[in-house]
Order: sequence, then structure tokens, then C-alpha cells
Amino acid sequence: MAATTPGPNAVPSARPSAMSSAARPAPRRGPGRSLRTAGFHTGAILLSAVWFLPIALILIISLRSTDDVLGHGLNALPHSFHPGNYASAWTGGGMEHALVNSAVIAVPSVALTLLLASMAAFALSRYEIPLRRTLILVMLGGNLLPPQILLVPVAKLSQVFGVYDTLTTLIVVEVGFGLGFYVFVLQGFMRSIPAEIQQAALIDGAGPFQIYWRIVLPLTRPALAALGALAFTWIFNDLLWPITVLITESKMPVTPALLTLQGQFVSYWNVIAAGSVIAAVPTVAVFLRFQRHFISGLNLGAVK
Amino acid sequence: MSVASTQAHPAGAATAGGLGVRGSRGPRRDRRFKPFGPSPLLIAFVVVPLLIESVAVFWPAIQGVYISLTHWNGVNPPTFAGLDNYRRMFDDPVFRKALENTAIWLVLFGTVSAAGGLGCAMFLQRERRGIAVYRAALFLPVVFSLTATALMWQTLYQPRGLANGLLSAIGLGSWQHAWLADPRTALYAQILPALWREIGYVMVLYLAGLKGIDPALHEAAKVDGASAWQQFRNVTLPQLRSVNAVVLSVIVIDSLRSFDVVWSLTQGGPYNSSQLLSTYMYQTAFVNTDFGYGCALAVVIFVLAFGVIVSYLIRAFKETD
Repeated sequence: MAATTPGPNAVPSARPSAMSSAARPAPRRGPGRSLRTAGFHTGAILLSAVWFLPIALILIISLRSTDDVLGHGLNALPHSFHPGNYASAWTGGGMEHALVNSAVIAVPSVALTLLLASMAAFALSRYEIPLRRTLILVMLGGNLLPPQILLVPVAKLSQVFGVYDTLTTLIVVEVGFGLGFYVFVLQGFMRSIPAEIQQAALIDGAGPFQIYWRIVLPLTRPALAALGALAFTWIFNDLLWPITVLITESKMPVTPALLTLQGQFVSYWNVIAAGSVIAAVPTVAVFLRFQRHFISGLNLGAVK
Repeated sequence: MSVASTQAHPAGAATAGGLGVRGSRGPRRDRRFKPFGPSPLLIAFVVVPLLIESVAVFWPAIQGVYISLTHWNGVNPPTFAGLDNYRRMFDDPVFRKALENTAIWLVLFGTVSAAGGLGCAMFLQRERRGIAVYRAALFLPVVFSLTATALMWQTLYQPRGLANGLLSAIGLGSWQHAWLADPRTALYAQILPALWREIGYVMVLYLAGLKGIDPALHEAAKVDGASAWQQFRNVTLPQLRSVNAVVLSVIVIDSLRSFDVVWSLTQGGPYNSSQLLSTYMYQTAFVNTDFGYGCALAVVIFVLAFGVIVSYLIRAFKETD
């Protein structure tokens, strides 16, 4: 919590952070306080447990054998340990291949998105571009359109140009559809960089490209990391664009491949559970690795 | 510029006259700008992304509106049909059902995720031991894809799954149900996983907002003898106004995009009982290859989202000073 200014009337309490507990009466004396703390933790543990229950159950089911699930029911405690479900989903269900496709789509999409968005944001925030505000809002507006209105034209146009059913088209569409949002967030971030830094570079004879590459981009790293983590998750999790632009089963990324797996292993809940876990692992890993960036990215994005 | 800091922005440059700062090298805020016009490189920096967005978004959007005015099955060339496709909606019971379901989804999903997200944020706002773990538990589903979430819940909804198991455990065995197969419950059974995923997201937005409230305000209210409810009503809620606006746009945009869950589980069935505008649009265009009517449905989705999009852009406009 940021520096809480202790008002003159503040009740003296053990820790200054206790004062910032908004909306509920501050804990007062000894026994009442520890009771309150115990109550809080009980409630919070219960809430977290309710939230985590579906995940725990899916993890357990994904490790049970089919006979066990059929014999003892989905909710029973495991009577078997059968990691083979993961092998079934991985090879038989095509998750391995789909993960490769997802990487081939998501990594360049994220890199391109950040590169192009930071270029536009740099020019629009650090220089006097005619109509800059209009341009920013037009680009942002494109990102806010419901994707449904683009589906038929994008599918048909890519057929006309002979690029239907290619990963390149999917990458272009993912990049193009996201750009406006990232430009908007990044230009806001870049505007807060002090002008003096840029002027100093200018005096040293740096051109716009050097200022962009050597000065503004490094200073924008926190925002780029946050947006990169977000963009990866969004593109990796996307269902609508892949099923609109692609048709060949073997080109599908993870999310649509999961639906194929669902159709292939009807009622094999253990294999479907294993497939869902495999599909969730990469984004969970990104979240855990970049947790702070991720959360700040959501709030950056929230300047909506 | 987090949500919290948006309140700090003076609403200064919000006048409509601010559109297009062409040639305004005047005293306004020139110390931010380099003292000469854009070089070719800078023009390329703007034009290249703009071109890509035009090819992927703007041009297709215009095409989409045009296709909605045609009859087109993808085999024969499209024929101009005027407003035929829009007239057809009035006699289309599936459209009415989809519109109704979209409204139900919007209201239920919207109110529960906003209230739940705010409640969780207030419950978990204080920095204390273990708080990060609780927050992470609520946030974790946000990073799952809607499709993976849907498949997890599909398992829980099976006749012998968790949902029915819990009901019989608390003595409500008679409420047991084939949740996704019953037209009366299919829609609601699919809102639940979407909520499970959205509440953590909304919580994070509200946590940032709550952090931005000056604690002195609460201190002052307390000194004046305000009850917890009065503090919430008269300090917390008004201070969260800008976050509320954010949450509202996020929720509306997310509900209109909530295609993935329904497409993964019931594809709008059984008997169109859980059809949403987004799933009906996809089905019409890509399963029934009725592109004209499909695009007309997409235009309806756009019109419904229009108010939110515009209010979002107005807020963005104020922020880009």
C-alpha cells in the first residue's frame, strides 16, 4: 500500500497499514482483533477453496483410469493412478501438434504486435503528428468492434487472395485486430517519459530511430512486458479467429484442437480433463512467471 | 497510468475542439514535442500499423455491413437485397430467442460479476499475511481459455459429476439434473463457468481502484461516526466511479464476445435454448453458409455494442489530452 498519511485523528494502532482497511471498522483491541483475523482467514480459505475446487477435481480426474472413473463415478476418490491420459491427449488427441501450432502463431503475433504498436505509439506520443488524437481513437475503435462483423469478410477476402487456411493469415488477423488497443496503452505510457531525456538525445545528434530504439523502448520495458504477457494469453486462448481463418485440422492451435479432442474422446472425461490441463499450462506458466506484470497489464488495459 | 490514476487527470482538454491538433505547435504543450515536423520514418511508423489494421479490420468491417445488405450463399455471387435480411429477423423465432438470451446473459453475468468482483476486492483488499495466495486462487481461472474452462465444467455437469454430487450431499438430491441437456437450464449452466472466470478479473480491477482511494477520506468518515455501510455508500462507491465505468465496458464487451463457452458446450442447443447472438451469427454464416443474414446478425451485435464503444472512446479521448 502506498504511503498512508496518518491523519491527526488516527487511532493509534499496531501497524500503519491497518488504518487503510477501508469500509470495515478497524480492528481495535487484542482478543477481538485476533478473532477478527481468524474469521477473515476462515472466510478467505473457504472462498479460495470453492474457487479452486473445480480445478482440483479436474486434476484428479485427469489422473484416473477410465475403468476407475466408470466404476466409481466422477466424484469418487481416486482408486488408480493413470498418467496415461496425458499421453492419450498429447499424441492421440493431437495436443502436441496443436501446442507447436500455437507457439508458431502466438510468438510472432506477440512480437509483431508489440513492435508495430510501439512504433505507432512512439510517433504519436513523442512527435507532433497531424490528427494524432483522431488516429489514436480510430485505431482503438477498430479494436473495440465486435469481431463477428469481420468474420465473413475476413474469411472471404483471404479466399480471394489465396491465403485462406494459412497460419500467416491468422497471425496478420490477430495482430491487426489487437493493434489499436496496444497503441492506445503504449502511447499513454510513452507520454509520461520526460521530454528532457529526448531533448538531450537530440542535442547529442540522435535521429528519431535512435531515440525510439535506444531511449524510448528501453524505458517502456515494464509496459511492454505487461502487454506481452496479456497478448500472449489472449492470442493463445483465442477460439474464434482460428476456426474462422483455418480449416485444416492439422493447422489448428490448442484451443480449437481441444474441441476436436472433445469430439474424439466423447465421454472419456479423464482424457478431456488431461487435454484441458495441457491447454491451460502455458498460460498459467506465463501468469506465474510474470505475475506482477500481468496484473499491472490488466490495469493498464483497464484505462478503458 | 493505472485505473487508480485516471482520477488524477484534469478533464482539461476534453473540449470537442481538441480533435485534430494540426499545426498546434503553439504554447499549448509544445515542450513535449520535438520542434520540427514528422520525418518520413515517423510517418512510416504510423502508416504501416494503420495499413495492417485497415486490411484486417476496417476494410472487412465495411464489407461486413455491405454483405448484410445482400443474399449470398457463397456459391453464387451476392445479390443486393436491401434491408431484406433485417426484415427477416422480425419473423425469426431463433433470433428472438438469441436476443433474449443475450440480454439475460448481459444482465446476469454483468451484475453478478460486478457485485462479486467488488465484494471479493473489498474482502481481500488489505495487505496481510497470505493475501497473495487468496487473490491468486480467485484470479487463476482468468488465464484459462474459455474453451478449457467450458470443458472442465462440462465434466462437473455430467449426471454423476460434481454439481449433482454436491446437491445430493446437501440433501437436494431431487434437484439433480442433466444441466446442459435440459433446455430450461442449459443457458444458466453456461453462465456459471463464465462468471467463475470473470469475477477474478473484475476483482483485480477493483483492487487497483480501492488502492487509489485516499485513506484519509475513510478516516474522516470514521471520525464523523459513519457506519461501515455509510462509508461504503458515501466514500467507497463515489470514489470508484471511474473504475465502475471501466468494469461496465469490460463486462458488456465480454458478454457480447461470450461465444466460446456456448460454442464449446451446446452450440446454442438443445433446440436453440442457449443460442446467443454471437453463436447464432456464427452458425448462420459458417454452418448454414447464409452469409448475408449472418452479417446482418453481426451488425445487430455491433449496434448493441455501439453505445459502450462510444462511451469508451469518449473516455479514451479525454485521457489522450
